[in-house]
Amino acid sequence: MFALILRRVALTVPTFVALMFVTFVAVRLVPGDPIEARTGERGIAPERLAQLRHELGLDQPVWRQFLDYVYGLLHGDFGTSIVTRTPVLHEFLILFPATLELAFCALIFAVALGVPAGVLAAVKRGSVLDHSVMTVALAGYSMPIFWWGLLLIMFMSEYLGLTPVSGRMDLINYYFEPVTGFMLIDSLLSGQEGAFGAAAAHLVLPSIVLGTIPLAVIARMTRSSMLEVLGEDYVRTARAKGLSPLRVVGLHALRNALIPVVTVVGLQTGTLLAGAVLTETIFAWPGVGKWLIESISRRDYPALQGGIMLISAIVILVNLIVDMLYVAINPRIRHG
Amino acid sequence: MAEENAIDDPMPTAPERLLPGASGLSLSAAAVAEVEPVGEEPSPLRAFWSAFSENRGAVLGLAVVVFITLLALFAPWVAPHSPIEQFRQSVLLPPVWAGGNWTFPFGTDAVGRDVLSRLIYGARISLGIGLSVMVVSVALGIVLGLAAAFLRGIVEVVVMRVMDMVVAIPSLVLAILIVAVLGPSLTNTIVAVTVVYLPRYVRLVRAAAIAELTKEYVIAAQVAGVGRLRLMFVTVLPNCLAPLIVQAALGISDAILEAAALGFLGLGAQPPTPEWGAMLADAREFIRSAPWIVTLPGLAILVTVVAINLMGDGLRDALDPKLRRS
Repeated sequence: MFALILRRVALTVPTFVALMFVTFVAVRLVPGDPIEARTGERGIAPERLAQLRHELGLDQPVWRQFLDYVYGLLHGDFGTSIVTRTPVLHEFLILFPATLELAFCALIFAVALGVPAGVLAAVKRGSVLDHSVMTVALAGYSMPIFWWGLLLIMFMSEYLGLTPVSGRMDLINYYFEPVTGFMLIDSLLSGQEGAFGAAAAHLVLPSIVLGTIPLAVIARMTRSSMLEVLGEDYVRTARAKGLSPLRVVGLHALRNALIPVVTVVGLQTGTLLAGAVLTETIFAWPGVGKWLIESISRRDYPALQGGIMLISAIVILVNLIVDMLYVAINPRIRHG
Repeated sequence: MAEENAIDDPMPTAPERLLPGASGLSLSAAAVAEVEPVGEEPSPLRAFWSAFSENRGAVLGLAVVVFITLLALFAPWVAPHSPIEQFRQSVLLPPVWAGGNWTFPFGTDAVGRDVLSRLIYGARISLGIGLSVMVVSVALGIVLGLAAAFLRGIVEVVVMRVMDMVVAIPSLVLAILIVAVLGPSLTNTIVAVTVVYLPRYVRLVRAAAIAELTKEYVIAAQVAGVGRLRLMFVTVLPNCLAPLIVQAALGISDAILEAAALGFLGLGAQPPTPEWGAMLADAREFIRSAPWIVTLPGLAILVTVVAINLMGDGLRDALDPKLRRS
């Protein structure tokens, strides 16, 4: 078991090396010069240009730039943003809690609704409930979320006036220093009345938008996996020996049905972070997704590189944990 | 021949089992064919259709997909106007049910282009992207996934680590990165989305194949001396197809959605191409004054994707005997 864990951890090393290489090469291939992007159309004196290039290390050979980059990464240096001149890691850590808070709420929304809905649909197969769950799931995973966000803003915010249109907080009425970076926790810590409600209200629409596709995928996967398991011999045996339906479904079937579901939930980390790019753009949510897109249009190489590395590291870590869970809950693999 | 048949097929067909006096193993293929009475067992295609058509949603989805495909194929004859012609006298005209006229049934956009015509031509782009991405990634996914499952060792490590790396970068960010490197265009959208979605197919095929490899019928086939390629593609692959088909159906819709998202961010099809996502991006500022140009392209994406997914569900029900409604 321990050796297996070690092996999986070791296997992530080449992934990281390949990742460093690919992000470095890809970012260098992006057309357009970062200096030009900063100075704009009006141009720059040749001496100043040379000086800037030297400061940023852009006058070095490419292999040298790569080695410098790797050396920096290994020492926790993810580069310095060309635009803001602050360390990329610093910028990332300020923005990441916003994305994490949003993604976490979206995932809770998706799992809390998706797994029970999928199990119920499978158990009550063919019923009205099953059809309703599947219809909603169908609409959910077919949803262009940027359009879904616009519709929700149009209806919930503009027409009904129920939720805020954008941002994380009502900054006119409430102000407090960030402590954890998580608005829900910080608003509670601030002790200001109504602050938590305002923070929660800002989270509702973005969480729904970001959680919609994971919700549908989880519900669908849970149902189809549950149906498959319910057709297995051991479930029939469990039923035949007189176990209660709850015990058969909850203990015998669900445990095995959740194996693919855990994988799917794990894969949703990437989906959530990708969805965060669109969701944060639509709702002006100050997280890393919006920041990455802005880095691309600003040709901020180091920010883009560091940002992708950091986000990818998180996804790899979560995938590793999912792998472990997969082994832990599936004895067939553990002993195989 | 007969031996292989018996081993390949985990559940021998009825005639083989019912034959008196002779075990299935000693039968020649010709004898089996003779014994199988015509008409008792329907042809696979007919069996498939009868299972598929049991699912009304799937038939509806198929009908909508056929309809949209026909619209896309015959766009120049069906669309009332050119998708890029600007009627400067009719800017932001509402659709016919909101006080517009029949010249522009779905209204016009901010520069006076016919929304209906743009939606019809947009179907060409979205369906084209979805199909191309699906075909390429399924083909690559099967080859890489089976190779990883069967060859193990270094092949598996390399393939799966590359896939891990692709998965580790959030899909839209990777797609944006690829499009930024290659330049925004339709072809590059297809390349980017294919790269992004490849890992799901590879992982799925590999996981399913590894799960199958522990089962008795595979061991039996190995004992019987079936070659590796035959074992991969003939023995194991068909038993991995059900989840793959569900994934491929989801994959077409996901590709359409991803491409629309790129279009929405201005990185997909370039103006004046009538791509649905790009149309939404143009419409964003008219969210209050002209809701139809926000609503209709999104609705087109949703309807297309729902129809394809319904069809995919029907395929799954029809092709996977374990899940087939009885």
